[in-house]
Amino acid sequence: MKSYAVPRFRVERDASRCIQCQVCVRQCGFSVHSYDPTEEGLYSREADCVGCHRCVIFCPTGALTVTEIPLAYRQNANWRPEVIQDIIKQAETGGMLLTGMGSDKPHPIYWDHLLLNASQVTNPSIDPLREPMELCTYLGAKPDRVELDPQTGVPTTRMPPQVPLEVPVLFSAMSFGSISLNVQKSLARAAAESGTLFNTGEGGLHADLYPYGNHAIVQVASGRFGVHPSYLEAGRVIEIKIGQGAKPGIGGHLPGEKVSEEVAVTRMIPVGTDALSPAPHHDIYSIEDLRQLIYALKEATNYAKPVAVKIAAVHNSAAIASGMARAGADIIALDGVRGATGAAPKTIRDNVGIPIELALAAVDTRLRQEGIRNCVSLIAAGGIRSSADVLKAIALGADAVYIATAALVALGCRVCQMCYTGRCSWGIATQDPYLTKRINWEIGAERLKNLLRSWAIEIKEMLGGMGINALESLRGNRLHLRAVGLTDREMQILGVRPAGE
Amino acid sequence: MEGSSVRIDATGLDYRALGTRLKEVLKGGAEQVELYNVCGQRYIGAGIQEKARVDIYGTPGNDLGSFMGGLRLHVHGNAQDGCGNTLDGGELVIYGHAGDIVGYAMRGGKIFIRGSVGYRAAIHMKEYKEKRPVIVIGGTAQPFLGEYMAGGTVILLRLTSRKESHRCSQGFIGTGMHGGVIYIRGQVEKWHLGKEVAAVPVDDPEKEGIASLIREFCAHFGYDAEMVLPHPFTRIYPRFLRPYGRLYAY
Amino acid sequence: MPYRISDYSNPYHDDKVSAACALFGAIDRTGRRFPGTDVITAIINMHERGNGLGGGFAIYGLYPGYESCYAFHVLFMNPDARPSLEEFLRRRFRLLLAEEIPTRPAKGIYNPPLLWRYFLTLAGDPPSGFTEEDYIVSQVMWINRYQEGAFVISSGRNMGVFKGVGFPEQIADYFRLEEYQGYLWTAHARFPTNTPGWWGGAHPFNILDCTVVHNGELSSYGINRRYLEMFGYGCTMETDTEVLAYAIDLLVRRHGLSLELAATVLASPLWSEIEMEEPEAKRLHTLLRQVYPSLLMNGPFAIIVGRSGEMMGLTDRIRLRPMTAATHGPMLYLSSEEAAIHLVCPEVENTWIPLGGEPVVGRVTPGASFPSCVETEWAPTLLEVSPQ
Repeated sequence: MKSYAVPRFRVERDASRCIQCQVCVRQCGFSVHSYDPTEEGLYSREADCVGCHRCVIFCPTGALTVTEIPLAYRQNANWRPEVIQDIIKQAETGGMLLTGMGSDKPHPIYWDHLLLNASQVTNPSIDPLREPMELCTYLGAKPDRVELDPQTGVPTTRMPPQVPLEVPVLFSAMSFGSISLNVQKSLARAAAESGTLFNTGEGGLHADLYPYGNHAIVQVASGRFGVHPSYLEAGRVIEIKIGQGAKPGIGGHLPGEKVSEEVAVTRMIPVGTDALSPAPHHDIYSIEDLRQLIYALKEATNYAKPVAVKIAAVHNSAAIASGMARAGADIIALDGVRGATGAAPKTIRDNVGIPIELALAAVDTRLRQEGIRNCVSLIAAGGIRSSADVLKAIALGADAVYIATAALVALGCRVCQMCYTGRCSWGIATQDPYLTKRINWEIGAERLKNLLRSWAIEIKEMLGGMGINALESLRGNRLHLRAVGLTDREMQILGVRPAGE
Repeated sequence: MEGSSVRIDATGLDYRALGTRLKEVLKGGAEQVELYNVCGQRYIGAGIQEKARVDIYGTPGNDLGSFMGGLRLHVHGNAQDGCGNTLDGGELVIYGHAGDIVGYAMRGGKIFIRGSVGYRAAIHMKEYKEKRPVIVIGGTAQPFLGEYMAGGTVILLRLTSRKESHRCSQGFIGTGMHGGVIYIRGQVEKWHLGKEVAAVPVDDPEKEGIASLIREFCAHFGYDAEMVLPHPFTRIYPRFLRPYGRLYAY
Repeated sequence: MPYRISDYSNPYHDDKVSAACALFGAIDRTGRRFPGTDVITAIINMHERGNGLGGGFAIYGLYPGYESCYAFHVLFMNPDARPSLEEFLRRRFRLLLAEEIPTRPAKGIYNPPLLWRYFLTLAGDPPSGFTEEDYIVSQVMWINRYQEGAFVISSGRNMGVFKGVGFPEQIADYFRLEEYQGYLWTAHARFPTNTPGWWGGAHPFNILDCTVVHNGELSSYGINRRYLEMFGYGCTMETDTEVLAYAIDLLVRRHGLSLELAATVLASPLWSEIEMEEPEAKRLHTLLRQVYPSLLMNGPFAIIVGRSGEMMGLTDRIRLRPMTAATHGPMLYLSSEEAAIHLVCPEVENTWIPLGGEPVVGRVTPGASFPSCVETEWAPTLLEVSPQ
């Protein structure tokens, strides 16, 4: 049937600048540009353009630009152009709309309504360039007290396993399959050299990454892809993935286009099939089952590694988190509605889940009310964009944050939301070797290290401004936040006072 | 009144009354003044430009000689925090120890301290052309010596030391330093230095350059300079003119 | 329905009440009791640091003959609150003596509230699950939260807090402190930034026999408070000094750490310093920082802590507030400014400035001797000036 859908973007080529070098033809993963030898001209097929700017940036003469198709619809706040396009697509396919990355809907971004404090007069701000400023964080369960031998004063407390971080930012789960091996290698090396961790996602750990195992969080998801004893041994932390912010309640999704030979080997499924992880872990139907899985993993690894559990932020996150803490989780990762993914049904990505800010505040408050906050470390995820977001998350109660979109943007991603096609022009969300080789993983690691370094410097400046010289004094310290433009109820849930008070 | 020595009893005087009396006496032409029973009065010598000698018996309060231009203040006892705060000229000679931020933002003059000093001595000391301030310390210094120094000379002789402490008693020497120089008698451990400085042994010609200051120090406190000078010294200096060049993304 | 102490303590509902101040402490380490004249002289000397909106003293050993009783000093915001509080005390405890704290009209003391003291012991065993001291703490917290108009300002044995709105010398005059003797005295002059006159807001703060006088402001208050609330401490006063007192009660009394180890929690060594330590110290300090990070006291502070038989002075780990220590025979002095020590003890032998985070602890050891010895830094015998 003829498609009634309209192209989204228009590519404009300045003929006076174009030197017909054909870089654009080679660079575009979606085959938008082509060279017609008979006409000796370059043509662009706009219907396929996804707005990723690869050709714009690589064109040596700056001859290209990409704009939104200026097609006028009659103004309609209800039946917006996007809504109309979605219905057309569904009428033509009979399937769920697929998308990538995080929700682009205008859900309230509470980070932008929170402002940080600075100390003056009654309390000096501290100069991070010249005076010590400590960002070191330890993830893992903590006891309530230190026990000392009464005779010798030597501590007798047995600490559960602890993982040190030099910067409170970790790389979130991105599976081999959703992203290329080169990107995973960049993440792994950058994590190792910056004193933090990366996360394997549910695609298993590729053999090339085992040397970085000490900085790896190995994920055990419902499909149990790539989960075997050496995998568990290799990682520093084991993360049970119950859900993720982009698609709460459903399982992982890797379209067949992205299941290459290597992916198939690591995941142990046939090449070209869709890797659809089940919605629940089929051995976790109730909270006591979670406890069972946590301890199965601890037994299997001799209690040497902390076990994390990752959930999507949903309505009863606080109660779930309380249960998780009592079930033996050492770390709880909360992923909010703006979290990203390689592939998810659009309607679930945009309509299911709650913002991380509210969930984080609710979970931290609940755990403290129940006196069990020490039992777990909290990691917040879902659209963390800057060092200020990181600090606000820590002030609300997080021990650390996960970033994924920000890391990919550092490598070139423009958030075009087409990851599920496997044709990423930047070579990130693809397995096509023609595309994946575009990421030089050593340069990629440098870019990611730079990102973490810049954020660490900014975090230190802001901490010093608050008169704090150790990150733990900001963790959960909501008095250093104030809210602007929020309702009383929202402020109550966040535990933050309005600016001016 | 000219050329005579004036005695002022500070008992019961608050800092304002004491300061007023001192200024009166100096304006009257006194070249030598003795303050007795000083106990915690602040701001002694603050802003005074006259060149006279003032001997202080007791414990002066904070900000001794702050913003001062001319006096030679001799303290026969210990001093508190803020000695020589933004000192512009003149001299402070302290026959005991001193507290924190000795010579903060000092821009001229000299400070000699027989004993040890607290935190952040010589912080943001500066110099310009002929105005080259100096601090010579006979004992030890607590952390952040020479923080953010932009000029001037600090000499740390470490001839005496305080009671034992189990905490790291010095660290972050020269943190943020981008001008000036610090000389320390003896060796300095690398982990005591701030990120922006390096340390090298001082050779004989260079030691000659600071010998006169060391002699001046010894003369004040009755040490034999010939016993101090032969020791090896270390010079601590800033590595970069722009230590924070890689801090920003332009 | 809990009434809000914070309506008195923090009427503008600021994040917290904080104060800049002067501190002084003196302990005789043989346990000999002495009058407070010197301490009062010393705190007057530091007059510049206060502004007359608060002064206070803690005295240990002042109630000989009542050593086994808990001496509740209670502040009544209005006289009508007294009968109800006394009825509560009679129901929960065995009350041996109740009387108004003796006072005299003093210059600078306006509209003083009523202050009474109650000497009490437990009527029987504490309820199961409580130690005797835990029970006292829980009752004090209950009174401060729910007993309208009454506020317990000290609840230890053989010790007491006297404080209010006024310069410390005026408070000392008002409470006739010249009539008491104690082996440990701490004193405080206050310069608050956000409390008008509320008597309960002056320092020292107290829980059981632990008192804290504090100079500075905690930037970590928000999380210190939330952490302590998990352990049952109600921070009714909304002041950072309160969390210091509760933190010490938790670490020292309930978790059994020494004052010195508690100091390494409150003012932890830097990670870079811990790296360089011997393995045993490294292990211990790493453990303490991993388990108690929310009790790190960030921001400038100098404190003097009093407990039965011991006194500790401590500053923050990058020493943003001053403190000088000195000894003369059995006496140990702590002061915000050194001059005050020389004023009251001109023959003082050793004065030194402790490092940031380095606790100075004086303990009563009866029968111990404290020979006078001159240890001034620049005594010629200490000089080692020969070339290496």
